[in-house]
Amino acid sequence: MNKKEIILSAKDVEVKFDLRGQILTAIRDVSLDIYHGETLAIVGESGSGKSVFTKTFNGLLDKNGTISKGELIYNGEDLAKYKKDRQWLKIRGHEIAMIMQEPMTSLNPLKSIGDQIVEAIRIRDRKISYSKAKNEAIGYLSDVGIRNPEDRFKQYPHEFSGGMRQRVVIAIAIACKPKILICDEPTTALDVTIQAQILTVLKEMKEKYSLTIVFITHDLGVVANVADRIAVMYAGDIIEIGTTDEIFFDPRHPYTWALLSSMPQLGIKGNDLFTIQGNPPNLFTEIKGDAFAPRNPHALKIDFLKRPPYFEVSETHKAKTWLLDPRAPRVDKPKGIMALQDLTAN
Amino acid sequence: MKEKEVLVDIKNLEVAFGTRKHRFVAVNDVSFQIYKGETFGVVGESGSGKTTIGRAIMRIHSTAKGDILYNGEKINGKISKSLDKQITQKIQMIFQDPMASLNERAKVNYIVSEGLMNLGKITEKERNERVTEALKEVGLLPEFASRFPHEFSGGQRQRIGIARALIMEPEFIIADEPISALDVSIRAQVLNLLDRLQKEKGLTYLFVAHDLSVMRFITDRIAVIHEGVIVELAETEELFAHPMHPYTKALLSAIPLPNPIAERNKTLLVYDKSMHHYETDKPQWCTLHEDHYIMANKEEFAAYKEAYESNR
Repeated sequence: MNKKEIILSAKDVEVKFDLRGQILTAIRDVSLDIYHGETLAIVGESGSGKSVFTKTFNGLLDKNGTISKGELIYNGEDLAKYKKDRQWLKIRGHEIAMIMQEPMTSLNPLKSIGDQIVEAIRIRDRKISYSKAKNEAIGYLSDVGIRNPEDRFKQYPHEFSGGMRQRVVIAIAIACKPKILICDEPTTALDVTIQAQILTVLKEMKEKYSLTIVFITHDLGVVANVADRIAVMYAGDIIEIGTTDEIFFDPRHPYTWALLSSMPQLGIKGNDLFTIQGNPPNLFTEIKGDAFAPRNPHALKIDFLKRPPYFEVSETHKAKTWLLDPRAPRVDKPKGIMALQDLTAN
Repeated sequence: MKEKEVLVDIKNLEVAFGTRKHRFVAVNDVSFQIYKGETFGVVGESGSGKTTIGRAIMRIHSTAKGDILYNGEKINGKISKSLDKQITQKIQMIFQDPMASLNERAKVNYIVSEGLMNLGKITEKERNERVTEALKEVGLLPEFASRFPHEFSGGQRQRIGIARALIMEPEFIIADEPISALDVSIRAQVLNLLDRLQKEKGLTYLFVAHDLSVMRFITDRIAVIHEGVIVELAETEELFAHPMHPYTKALLSAIPLPNPIAERNKTLLVYDKSMHHYETDKPQWCTLHEDHYIMANKEEFAAYKEAYESNR
């Protein structure tokens, strides 16, 4: 990862939703550079805006949502300015594809899975003959680890198990030959063993088709396996970003500490697990200062008054917390997190 | 926990669906005991029959073979009406998806107290008092009683589900994946709540889940189930330290670790059922060590035993 080529760059993106006259600010001035060929994980709780943010990349926001500010630069074009669906059709699937959480709802139950892949290939290449497209589709099926692809080609989604369906969804996404693949909690609905297999498939596909993967999840445990970099989101903002090792072994933002500490893997039997007090902020009202401050036991006075900027920890690691200001008092990381380093298999 | 008192005793349980040609055995010859005051975990993939066991104890599914004893009394099959009523009160269930398991047209007040009304006559005043008390116990405000489920967040909904179980003053709670639909931080809150309630009320839990990292934290003993058969059963730490059955090993290797270095060096084990040769030498439920049981045939058992002894 020495040569860092930016593939997509978000600058001060703000997304607002109009809910019957009330304005909800879901994304608050998020800037993010995604590098070519990396796997970037976006971690956050439900409602933190991680899905909404990535939906802006391919124009899938709900009708009442708009990008009210900022730029999304991809291939020299500003996606935030796209208004018509026709403009998006060039991007959606072809350049930036998406895999959803629930594989059953993203597949068409009335069409054989083979035809669904062929459909994707034909959108990319209109002149291709059916038999050629079929051969290609079978190739994709075997790529994602489906055995006897020739026979499976004719089968319908209900004949597949959850894990196999998710593989089919990956095959469809790849058939469009995208540059960026957004995976929105692709393994949340699956079992642990299947989850591990799907993560392996994603890694293989990334190598083979030189994809850039944006991986959305709420489970930090999953991320350690796949991600090169991690961005932690809270209340519509990326509050900390760094390489996977930096986030796990040297987290700086109190929210990241809290998120790491509440994992059951770190719990000591008989003791209470760590929990975050309070509730996430109301996004209908304007947030003053650091959004996490009311729930943060280490909060400083300034946290309630002024929104912290990014403080650089290293070249790749930055966090939005006043604790990193040179004038701030020294606050040590919670001890529990240190145990992460000793956590090995079994 | 020195003297272990058996609360639920399951003997050679078989649960089957369909008839003749379409007969499918979801739970096949399963035996285990749950002690009073412990948290017993059942882990397995989807379709392994873990939920079916819980439902069979709840009398939602009828059993094909075997016995389920609760406090020494048989509770499966045909039982007297009074025992049925007693069981309904003493065994309660918490479900996976709090949105799907709460009646969206009813107010919390009704949802929480529905079970009470089925149990016998109760005055309006007493009912309201019991609801208030149950809501307080799970950390919700009494005013919430007049609201609808959609007004709550996922974690709060799951608390309502727990309050609904608690109001019956149960002894034994079956929790079917109660936290897999929740966020990491909410998950921690619900786990703490369940833990506190167990300590305060001396509850016994049967915890059904597929997430082993959660199970390790909350359970005392774990049974690993694969395709309707329990393949290994041991105390939680014992199972994590010395997993012997290949399926258990595969399951443990798949746990995502929140440590990037460990993850990179991790090897994923895959379990293939065809590795067993059970045609002539049938597998049996063997005791590997005190409180550590495994499903194996004679040949395998010898190998497991040897590996187990040398590993300790």
